[in-house]
Amino acid sequence: MQETIEKTKAMVKHLGAVNVILKKNNNDPSRLIPILQEVQEVYKYLSKDVISYVATSLDIPVAHVYGVATFYAHFSLSPKGKHIVRLCDGTACHVKKSHDLLDCVCKKLALTEEKKTTDDLMFTLEQVSCLGACGLAPVIVIDDIVHGQATPAQVEELLDGIIAREKSEAQAAQ
Amino acid sequence: MNTKKTVTINGKQVEFGQERNLLEVIRKAGIDIPTFCYHSELSIYGACRLCLVHVEGRGVMAACSTVPAEGMVIQTDTEEIRNMRKISIELLLANHSVECPTCPRSSNCALQNIAHRLGVNTVRFKKLQDYQSVDRSSPSLERDPNKCVLCGDCVRVCREIQGIGAIDFAHRGSHAKVVPAFDSSLGQVECVNCGQCAAVCPTGAIVPKQEQNRVWDALYDKSKTVVVQIAPAVRVALGEYFGATNGANVAGKLVAALKLMGFQHVYDTSFSADMTIFEEATELINRITTGGRLPMFTSCCPAWVKYVEIYYPELIGNLSSCRSPQAMFGSVAKDILPEQLGVKREDMTVVSIMPCTAKKFEAQLPKYRTDGQPEVDVVVTTGEIRQMIDSCGIKLDELEPEAFDMPMGFATGGGVIFGASGGVMEAALRFAAEKLSGKPLASVDFKQVRGMDSLKEAELEIGGKELRVAVVHGLANAKKLITDLLAGKVQYDFVEVMACPGGCISGGGQPLGVTNKIREIRQKGLYAADKTHQVQKPQDNYLVTRCYEEHLGGCPGSPKAHHMLHTIYQNRSQLFDAKIPVMRGTTAQRLPITVTICTKQETCPGQLLLGMIASYVKQKGYTDRIDLDAAFSSRDAEDGTICVTVGDQIVERTKFTNATNTMEQLQNQAAFKTITAAIDSGYKTVTADAQMT
Repeated sequence: MQETIEKTKAMVKHLGAVNVILKKNNNDPSRLIPILQEVQEVYKYLSKDVISYVATSLDIPVAHVYGVATFYAHFSLSPKGKHIVRLCDGTACHVKKSHDLLDCVCKKLALTEEKKTTDDLMFTLEQVSCLGACGLAPVIVIDDIVHGQATPAQVEELLDGIIAREKSEAQAAQ
Repeated sequence: MNTKKTVTINGKQVEFGQERNLLEVIRKAGIDIPTFCYHSELSIYGACRLCLVHVEGRGVMAACSTVPAEGMVIQTDTEEIRNMRKISIELLLANHSVECPTCPRSSNCALQNIAHRLGVNTVRFKKLQDYQSVDRSSPSLERDPNKCVLCGDCVRVCREIQGIGAIDFAHRGSHAKVVPAFDSSLGQVECVNCGQCAAVCPTGAIVPKQEQNRVWDALYDKSKTVVVQIAPAVRVALGEYFGATNGANVAGKLVAALKLMGFQHVYDTSFSADMTIFEEATELINRITTGGRLPMFTSCCPAWVKYVEIYYPELIGNLSSCRSPQAMFGSVAKDILPEQLGVKREDMTVVSIMPCTAKKFEAQLPKYRTDGQPEVDVVVTTGEIRQMIDSCGIKLDELEPEAFDMPMGFATGGGVIFGASGGVMEAALRFAAEKLSGKPLASVDFKQVRGMDSLKEAELEIGGKELRVAVVHGLANAKKLITDLLAGKVQYDFVEVMACPGGCISGGGQPLGVTNKIREIRQKGLYAADKTHQVQKPQDNYLVTRCYEEHLGGCPGSPKAHHMLHTIYQNRSQLFDAKIPVMRGTTAQRLPITVTICTKQETCPGQLLLGMIASYVKQKGYTDRIDLDAAFSSRDAEDGTICVTVGDQIVERTKFTNATNTMEQLQNQAAFKTITAAIDSGYKTVTADAQMT
């Protein structure tokens, strides 16, 4: 019974955070996109539960919220990693061999065309069309920090740094 | 001086007035430009790009989304426009699953018709879209995404007319498709099965589930006696397929056709509609005289009933507990006819011919089964029976009308008008007015509740009592009424709701291409049929009265009548809220229990209650046959209102006012005992079911 209560308590807390976002936006259905953006910021992705919950709370159809969530590339319906790697593949970056960077990240993190998130939910790779920093091509953004004129060696170093940091943090926690 | 505004269409001056767009002006001028996504009753979408016209000085534009202006010079057909239309159709056909001869919409498909009209005789493009599986999960409707042209008609009718939005566009660009939330299947979501999506779909992407073969199987099975009931609305629409004038009553011809096809006995659902009035009006009078829950809502429409179960479970108590006429017919027919016809109950097949797709859903509900057998075996729509008649080569229009079989073929006008919005109300008023006043009714017509207005209200004085009634059709209108009702802005004693605009006459299974004008004609057809019946008041149906005397415990409301003619409803509200599994049984037959927890209150006692239910189940050793879920709702409810459902049964919303209730306090509440009792009996039932199979 204790376990059950803990489980539901966690869920209530989980949805409580959504309640705060909804309230901040006055439960206004016309603010659906900002609401989903904020929710995604908290949970890193939009789960089925959260989409249904937002829809029923705003009194709009679930199918409509699902439609909005699947329309925009910004929204993700599957869990994302703790660290987001965004690789630009716009014209300039493409010409400057962004593909080498892609190969490097995929090899390093064991990702593929279909598999964009590592099994340990540590990294997610996103390919984007243009980051608007063409002068710095090729560009890679790791956790919101822009790295211009990136090389595979540099990218590998950056990823190694994150992995090492996570490892030592995990050890410290134990 | 002429003050009328004009436009020039193909060189001809055309006047216009209140038309909301160029398309309507052009169509009024007698030129039918093709469209997929334009419906006068829905919002303007402008997606199909077929209604293109050339406006001088402005170029090519979509007529549906252009407001007419004085002096506009319009060409509806130029080389450029013709080519654009043809290319649009060609591209749609390239990805369309072109299985036309076997499609239920064959010869009645806008894509097929328009391609033919425009002379698209070759498709130069290759199919790019991958095959998507056909969604057959719904008992009422079939969805084939491979035939979808993305016009959005279904999306808008569901959202705008029915206020639901069970399907919507998802994904983007070439991946865009119309789907229920999470790409799940229609049978799993908040679809109420009204079939209005199928009625507006220009192609075969959404069609009523086709069940003709199940009827043929029964007809060809020599061991079966097949009886059939015909719903009121079918008779004033079926004729449209066979060249009859719109609204003509073809009931007699249909009876003749069904006899030719091998149906042994043909009955009228209007008989059980009369019976519905006996029960429902009696229930209404009881509620009024004993201070019961008001307003009472009608329960004839299974789409409306499901709507309440999903969106307003707190109003389930306001729904009349009467079964729909279809369900009453099934229950009574399987009970009394075997003896009268000298057949075994299990050898009798009951078929329904309905204007409605939701009736297919209703007929398969477990609550309408006796000893595992459904009371109504198969439901076919008006469209399906037309196909069956055609396949026999029967020329319906040339048949001599025949009479329904007795006793369940005798009906009053009151039972016939059920098919029009306001009809159930009017029939009930005919009954209630006489019962309450004790005097014969001078006029049986209650014209205030007829017609196509979205909300029809009346205040009537009956037997010295003021009775406030309302009639709505279209679930979006029902939602408006409920919102006002809950806000205390309006007060009623009795409310009739039909999900489809105009009532059953424009149900999801009726002939297509319905406009308000056609709805009115079909309604008039029913009111004309009312007058041709020998009796108008349901209470004068002597065969219903005799049925009560011989089989239903003597009078309406008797325990036997209650058992056979009434039903219970299910709270389906948690279907779409966040839900987590707490316990999962291991056997095939399991009892589902759901506890809804309010997320607006961090210390909702529902959490504790859930824990108590979990430990009760464990302590009793029920775990192998129980599924326990926690559902989460943010819906505005009174503080601390928890909803617990056990199987099909709603254990009333349980009110625990104090969030700091201890386990002892909770346990002492009568509600907890109700819950455990429900679990005990539910567990017994599933265990018994498991042993039977």
